[in-house]
Amino acid sequence: MRVKYILNEVLVGLWRNVTMTIAMIITMSVSLTMLGASVLLYMQVDQMKEYYYGNIEVSIFLTDDVTEPQKLAIDEAIDSSSLVISKTYESKEDALKRFQKLWADTPDFVNAVGSNSLPESYRVKLSNPEKYAEFAKAVEGKPGIRQIIDQRELLDKVFKVFNSIQVMALVVAGFMAVAALLLVGNTIQVAAYSKRREVAVMKLVGASNWFIQSPFVLEAVVAGLIGSILGFVALFVSKIIVLDTKLQALATILTPIPNGNVWLMLPLLAGVASLFSAVTAWVTLRFYLKV
Amino acid sequence: MILLENVTKTYPKASRPSLDNVSVGIEKGEFVFFIGPSGSGKSTIIKLLLHEVSPTRGKVVVNQKDVTTLRSWKVPHFRRSIGCVFQDFRLLPNRTAYENVAFALEVIGKTKAVARRVVPEVLELVGLGGKEHRYPHELSGGEQQRVAVARAFVNRPLILLADEPTGNLDPDTSIEIMRLLDRINRTGTTVVMVTHDSNIVNQMRRRVIEIESGRIVRDQARGVYG
Repeated sequence: MRVKYILNEVLVGLWRNVTMTIAMIITMSVSLTMLGASVLLYMQVDQMKEYYYGNIEVSIFLTDDVTEPQKLAIDEAIDSSSLVISKTYESKEDALKRFQKLWADTPDFVNAVGSNSLPESYRVKLSNPEKYAEFAKAVEGKPGIRQIIDQRELLDKVFKVFNSIQVMALVVAGFMAVAALLLVGNTIQVAAYSKRREVAVMKLVGASNWFIQSPFVLEAVVAGLIGSILGFVALFVSKIIVLDTKLQALATILTPIPNGNVWLMLPLLAGVASLFSAVTAWVTLRFYLKV
Repeated sequence: MILLENVTKTYPKASRPSLDNVSVGIEKGEFVFFIGPSGSGKSTIIKLLLHEVSPTRGKVVVNQKDVTTLRSWKVPHFRRSIGCVFQDFRLLPNRTAYENVAFALEVIGKTKAVARRVVPEVLELVGLGGKEHRYPHELSGGEQQRVAVARAFVNRPLILLADEPTGNLDPDTSIEIMRLLDRINRTGTTVVMVTHDSNIVNQMRRRVIEIESGRIVRDQARGVYG
């Protein structure tokens, strides 16, 4: 009976103030979509780091007029570094072959590059790509080196972009969350006001505090859950539209986002939404329903 | 049953205390009137007994429970042993007489089956048999107050507090309500009534405690309004 009573109160409460309920649900779902997106992005960047950092190399490009003794010295310097896992040497011919393969679609471009225009290089894999600076110090400045390129630096630029997208999403999520929670507070206030007679009688006859408060708190939680489901759907749909179809090119750089990760957002968003709305509702009641 | 020991209550921003060092004891089954002019502190006593306010100083004991040290989460349970009636009835306008009384039972966890058994009985007791399904606006003032009394009594409280229950009623209806409270008192329920209706006090000839400016100025066993 009591469960039925409370559920009925919740539905009546949400319906009584339906425009506010809708506003609350929309702001919540937008906030949660942003939160979900930034969490997904975070997981993605983590996964990408793991994937790419395992494959990145430091390229040491040599000058055109490098001499054999110079090469030997460089070779030795690389070998003597404890950070190096493996090292390959790429001659001009190898470089050209790789270049031709890479740009096979544009023969004009390939033909324009002569066999001499690509430099020889060493490709070095480090045991810990983050220690690039240490490695560079050991090799840098040796005669015959034109340039040392750390692929990690390039990747980090990409990750920085992701990071700032993530931060932006979080900021938007935060702002929307503030708006959503203010709306929750307001809705609960209105609900408490429209039920003030009932509440007064309940307090008078000794209904327990949780019994008086739970319909209000549940009202907020239900709205939060609806918001989180909508937010999740928005996340899933945008994942399918943006990554799986429209921006497939981008998807080849990104490691694929597994659907499992997206599904994981449902319990996460639902949990966050219900927790925050419950706490907000409860705090609001502390002020408006002094029991 | 009820004990006030050197109770002082000063509301914030008030220049003088509403109750000033008041001590009074009320036995089980007594019928007590608190009388006095408006603002004398009568209603503060009701509020103290319900734990709606806490005393600034002193001790309030109700049903062997020290209300002053009662934890706030225990207050609801404590209130179940006290029934309360007010001048303005405080009925829910969108519920019938039956539903108003049943509501009080259901929100403290009693089942619908219990309500179906107990509510008609108590409505019969207050003289509203046959009017169970009327809404408050379809009832007279006296009848509305009877519903309120039924709601206060349905849980068989040990104490019934009445804050000017006849304040909105004509003299004849007031007498009827008093007869009802008297009947409830005879079941062993302690009744504490705050009023300034001299007719009623004079007719009932019960214990009268007069308060003026927060102090007890008279405590008479079979008193009149005076």
